[in-house]
Amino acid sequence: MLGLWNWKTGADRGGSRFLAVLTAVALAVPVLNQVVPASSAFHLSAYGITLIGKYLCYGMLALAIDLIWGYCGILSLGHAAFFSLGGYAMGMYLMRQIGPRGVYGDPILPDFMVFLNWKSLPWFWYGFNHFLFALAMMVLVPAALALVFGWFAFRSRVTGVYFSIITQALTYALMLAFFRNDMGFGGNNGFTDFKEILGFDLDSDRTRVVLLVVTAAALAASYMASRAIVESRAGRVMRAIRDAESRTRFLGYPVESFKLWLFVFSGIVAGIAGALYVPQVGIINPSEFAPINSIEAVIWVAVGGRGSLYGAILGAVLVNYAKTYLTGAFPEVWLYALGALFVLVTLFLPRGIIGLLPARGKDK
Amino acid sequence: MSAYAIAPGTAEPVRKCDKRLYLENLTVSFDGFKALNDLSLYVDPGELLCIIGPNGAGKTTMMDVITGKTRPDSGTAWFGRGIDLLTLSEPEIVGAGIGRKFQKPTVFEQLTVFENLELALAGSRSFLKTLRARITSAQRHKIDNILEVIGLTQQRWALGRTLAHGQKQWLEIGMLLMQNPELLLVDEPVAGMTPHEIERTAELLLSLEGEHSVVVVEHDMAFVRSIARRVVVLHEGHVIAEGDMDKVQKDPRVIEVYLGV
Repeated sequence: MLGLWNWKTGADRGGSRFLAVLTAVALAVPVLNQVVPASSAFHLSAYGITLIGKYLCYGMLALAIDLIWGYCGILSLGHAAFFSLGGYAMGMYLMRQIGPRGVYGDPILPDFMVFLNWKSLPWFWYGFNHFLFALAMMVLVPAALALVFGWFAFRSRVTGVYFSIITQALTYALMLAFFRNDMGFGGNNGFTDFKEILGFDLDSDRTRVVLLVVTAAALAASYMASRAIVESRAGRVMRAIRDAESRTRFLGYPVESFKLWLFVFSGIVAGIAGALYVPQVGIINPSEFAPINSIEAVIWVAVGGRGSLYGAILGAVLVNYAKTYLTGAFPEVWLYALGALFVLVTLFLPRGIIGLLPARGKDK
Repeated sequence: MSAYAIAPGTAEPVRKCDKRLYLENLTVSFDGFKALNDLSLYVDPGELLCIIGPNGAGKTTMMDVITGKTRPDSGTAWFGRGIDLLTLSEPEIVGAGIGRKFQKPTVFEQLTVFENLELALAGSRSFLKTLRARITSAQRHKIDNILEVIGLTQQRWALGRTLAHGQKQWLEIGMLLMQNPELLLVDEPVAGMTPHEIERTAELLLSLEGEHSVVVVEHDMAFVRSIARRVVVLHEGHVIAEGDMDKVQKDPRVIEVYLGV
């Protein structure tokens, strides 16, 4: 019917193109790294793979933020918290995989615990030597935080800038907590010196390639799930909440429950992004919780195009590419460039980079 | 059935069989200011009732009490015989069959007219259900019907924000009708409308009479005169007069507080 046509197609040239590009990256990276000889100019180095993998993880974080901000008007300035918790859960698994190969050679305890003179593994480290358990935690821990935090915040009808501020407080509080040595998460130094994942050497290019392909698949899956949500009737309710919250409530929609579900889903996506990020960059420490990280992620979304799922991902990749370049070439200008970018986009490109494209149908 | 607005404490249980809405002895205070002061009011099934009164008379507060936005300090509010509105949440009251149109038109600006009506469809409101919801042909038919009633068939794919002021008001009434409400609360429907739009709105509201109970709060006297069978005048949170337009316009208290201005 006409209505269905309107929602289903017309739409998604941009989204399909995005998935095509993502697939091309996932296919090209293995070839450029494994098949093209190292002497060739087209060879992709381990550094290059890691960089692309990192961008894709950031893209997933941006997607998570855009889903709730762009479509439901919930501006979270604390999404790095979910990203980091997913990362820490992966980090705990990777720490347990080190086994006796640590500096102190303790078969059970990670190095930092030996250093702190701990005699046994704290209870919350149990189980993390099993990948499936760790995998469950990468999803469940961010989900649980999002559920509890969201439940209190939304039930009390905390909205707008107040919500944004308490999410900043949340991630800041977690950062301070994780900085403490006696929390049992490596304090200041966090986790690093990982050896292997599921028995595969993390330093080998082959493992890096696989991790990147898995990341691309996870990004594609979360993109498609998010797109399914925003194109459903629930997605139209989300936009209704964004534009006229109390009106939506008067139509009988349980606004708080919609927000809570979305917030939890978004937290899970951010958590998985963090979990994929850690084995690729090889380190996780409390600075990942820093409030500035969450703000930066919101800027990616604004630059790419708030309210466009692939736009948010594009923004994350482009801004981080610029960051990689600028922090290498002119390290002192990066923060100014980021600030200027945000101001310029807010003033001149309210729909972000995606807004520059000619409007053709409804882009999702 | 001569007196609709009756004295406090005299509500007879016998009467509780045939009204759509019973408000009895409602009092609401905001920091000592009595927005509603012992207000009693009844609405018949299928009736089109107009409520007038000067600013601060308690019209909006009364609507807020009926829809669960404000809880009264004392008094009762029953919807039909069996539903105690004071025990229900806002969504539950909507589910029970009370729709409210706000003063300011608030349609969803970024959704099309069709999508606005779709969200107003009666049915499950939960996240998981709406995630899987597909529009049925019966629902599509229903939306087409309402589009015709509110005269927006041509604008079905237009975004809410592109509509004219009057069209937004009609769309909002259409959204209320999607939920098959037994009682419609309509707050200042013609404020800011052109004469032509006012005329269209009067026709629209009159066409609803009989099928739905409609309560209209309005300042525009000509408009009230054109639609109302029965008018209730509020002043300082209390009903001071009721009856047909001619009768209330002659009432000396009404002239003093409102019409005489």
